[in-house]
This record gives sequence, structure tokens and C-alpha cells, in this order.
Amino acid sequence: MPSTQKFSIAMVVCGVALLSACAAPGPSNAELDQLTQKILASSFRAQGQAQLDRIQPDEDNRLCAEADRTGVALDAKVTQAIETRNMATIKAPSDGKYLGDWKEGEKIAQDGRGKTWTDSATMANGGNCYNCHQISKEELSYGTLGPSLYNYGKLRGVANPNSAESKPIVEYTWGKLMNSRAYNACSSMPRFGHKGILTEAQIKHVMALLLDPASPINR
Amino acid sequence: MTVLPRAWLTWAIMPLACLVVTPAAWAQKSAADGIAEYRKMLQDGNPADLFEVKGESLWKTKRGPKNVSLEGCDLGKGPGVVKGAWVELPRYFADTGKVQDLESRLLTCMERLQGFKAQDIIDTPFGKDEQNNVTALATWIAAESKGMKFNLSQSHPEERKMYEVGKRLFFMRGGSHDFACATCHAQDDKRIRLQDLPNITGNAGAAMGFGAWPAYRVSNGQMWSMQLRLNDCYRQQRFPYPKFVSDATIALGVYMGVNAKGGEAASPAIKR
Repeated sequence: MPSTQKFSIAMVVCGVALLSACAAPGPSNAELDQLTQKILASSFRAQGQAQLDRIQPDEDNRLCAEADRTGVALDAKVTQAIETRNMATIKAPSDGKYLGDWKEGEKIAQDGRGKTWTDSATMANGGNCYNCHQISKEELSYGTLGPSLYNYGKLRGVANPNSAESKPIVEYTWGKLMNSRAYNACSSMPRFGHKGILTEAQIKHVMALLLDPASPINR
Repeated sequence: MTVLPRAWLTWAIMPLACLVVTPAAWAQKSAADGIAEYRKMLQDGNPADLFEVKGESLWKTKRGPKNVSLEGCDLGKGPGVVKGAWVELPRYFADTGKVQDLESRLLTCMERLQGFKAQDIIDTPFGKDEQNNVTALATWIAAESKGMKFNLSQSHPEERKMYEVGKRLFFMRGGSHDFACATCHAQDDKRIRLQDLPNITGNAGAAMGFGAWPAYRVSNGQMWSMQLRLNDCYRQQRFPYPKFVSDATIALGVYMGVNAKGGEAASPAIKR
């Protein structure tokens, strides 16, 4: 290729680069991330129990939010790392008992209060379950962000939650309630145990609602 | 306002009446339809009208330490031009060097023209004193653009930056529950309990979500501006408190408003 031709190609390339630079002199992704952090820091104040630590960076959330925003799924290794570190937070019930009282569980599932700046920090928090899930057949006011949990235990063949056959599903359900991100890196479900939303006793009650054969959802 | 208690009662009973005797799926649909019908009926007597009247009067009345009206206020289309301003906000203003939404622009005018202290109003809780006046003004100004189509500018670099920041904030997970705006508002045809959720990442959903506010809320008998709507979203997300007209709220306004391009401004609407 003659050098003049090379030169004119180079000129065109430069011209295009210049033009696009003029048309979109936008900041880089890193600069926008920084600006977002700066705006975040100046835009919020603590109120009641909602302190500023709630908008501190959380690596699991940062990664998932970026995947949500860009539509680019996380790398399998990153997904695995998130699940592994969340799995490490899950502890079996201190007394070895996984199930409480399904009637209490139903109340917790219905209750959407807790953890906002208008809620008392000393009251028991609700589980918000019906906001996103169908659970009992009787409650028709349920959300659809999460899958239906109607017949949760029955569909999984849990006839006796204390039996050896039921152990895997009982342990999985416990883990899912304690820290959902251990099983699905970017699940939208709150990490009820890990983030101190529900107590161990409350989670046992929700476990009973889902797994007790006597619970209305399994009858 | 005697209509309110009766409206309340209708609201409480109507969905139950639909729900009790019917199979779930059919009842869900029927309840949603019933609620839409109920809202439509209420449109005839939307109490937002009262806030509109108050807002118009506030705009034209000489007030504040300088005893001046807001008729010289530039909402983006030149001093005193109200019609069409709402469907182009938030936008960049050269005189403040900032992207501003309706409420923050009103504060600029109230400070510069009338002599109010913007920070005092920012520090006033919703529903009190001058905050009520800002809400009434916003209601009237939005109503003046009713039926017009959203057409936010993205020509200024600051406007484009705020869109990108707004998008990041929309997807940001945080608070005790790890919720983002996107947790509830990034999919079609989802509900919380029986409440339909607009997908704000898309054009139709953004127009529906962004285009309805300011709105009168029957459940608490309050007029809510977009600022208060966002404030309550963040409360339910279990985030800390977003300061009034903070850049985060304005960036979200840009993100939603730009996504709503071409959608119709329906405000002031009436909501549960």
C-alpha cells in the first residue's frame, strides 16, 4: 500500500475518532461509578435505625447490580465465589431443631414491617413473604416476584421433616432462609438470617409453615 | 372532603368482595380491574384539584421576605412559562450549573426571587409549612402539562451524566434487605401483594410510573410529589433517608423521565 494511501486512511480513522469524541465526550464507566459514589455520599442521611452503613459498599451486591444493569451475566467463578462466601455464613440451628410452629410462621410471612427508618429497632421484624410469594391457598393477596410456595413441602415429598430422607430439603430450606445468596449468587431474596432481619426462632416458624405436613400450605 | 371516609370503606370492601368467592387467578384479575375502575370513579373527584388551585394561587401571590410572586420563575422554558415545563424536567440549568427537577428548581426560584432560604425548606419535613406549598406548586405545574408527552433533554453532558448515575442508583442493591429499585421495577407484569409494579426500565412502564406523580394518595389522604414518592420507595427499600432534592433523587428522576420519553403525563393522578 502506497504511503499516501496509508496516510489518508489514517486521517479518516483519526477524523472518525475525533468526530465520535465530539459527539459523545462521555465519562468512562469508572468515572461514572465514582460520581455515583460521590452523589450517594452527599444524598443520604441517617434516620432512625436506617444508618449510613446500609449504603456502604457490599461486594456481593456491587457485582450483582453491575450484572443487572449491564445485562452481562457474572463469570461462573465469580458466581461461585459469592455463593461460597455466603454459604460460609450459614449455621445449623443451635439446638438441632429446624422446625417451629407453622401458625407463628404464617404471622411472620404476613408481616411486612421492620427495618425501615419509621420502624422501632426493638420490635420483631416481619418476613415480607407474601409480598413476593404465593404461600397458603387462603391468602389471595400475594405478590409474584418470587415463585409460588404453595405445597412447598408436599411437592418435595416431605412426609416427616425429621426423617433422613427429608434431611437434604430441610437443610436447603434452612440455608435459603438464612442466606439465599448461598444458592443463587444474585437472588433478589433478602438474606434473612445473615442480615439479622429474622431471628433463628422466627426462621424456625417459617420453616414449619413451609415444611410441616400439618401446615395449611401442605394439606 | 366528606367523600373520603366513604371512599375508604369502598376501597376496603371492594377487593374483598371480589376475592372471597372466586378462584384465585380469576379473582386476582378481577380485583385489579376493580381497583382500576374504582380509581377511575375517583378521578371525578380527585382531591388533587384542591392542591392545584392552591398551587396556582401560590405561584401568582407575592410572598416571602422579598414579597415577590413566582411569575418570573424560569422552569426551563423561559421566565413565567409553566405549560410544558413538567414534561421536560429534570434538565440542566445554566444559571445554577446543575441538573434540577421540578422541586429543586422551585427552591431556586423561591430563594432567588422571593428570598426564602432553600436549605430551610430542605430541612422541613414533608407535610409541614413551606414543604406543603412546594407540593401544591408542583401539583399545579405538573397539571399544566397534563396530556403532554415526556421529552427530557439529553443534549447537555451533565444531563447524560445524571442519566448514567440514575441508572446505577436504580440497580444499586443495599439496605438491610439488599433491595434495589430494580428488585421490584425491572420486570413486566409483576406484583407486590395485589399492587401491579411498573417496569421502569422500559418505555411504557417508565411513563406509567414516572408520569403519574404528583398524585393524591387515598390511603393516607396526602398529596405526594415525586420527591415524596421516591422518599417512600427508599424507606421501604430500608435505605437511609434521601435528602430532599438531593442529587440521587434528581438522577433517578432523569433516569425515569428519559426512559418515559413519548409517554403521556397523567399527573396529578389518584392512587391507593
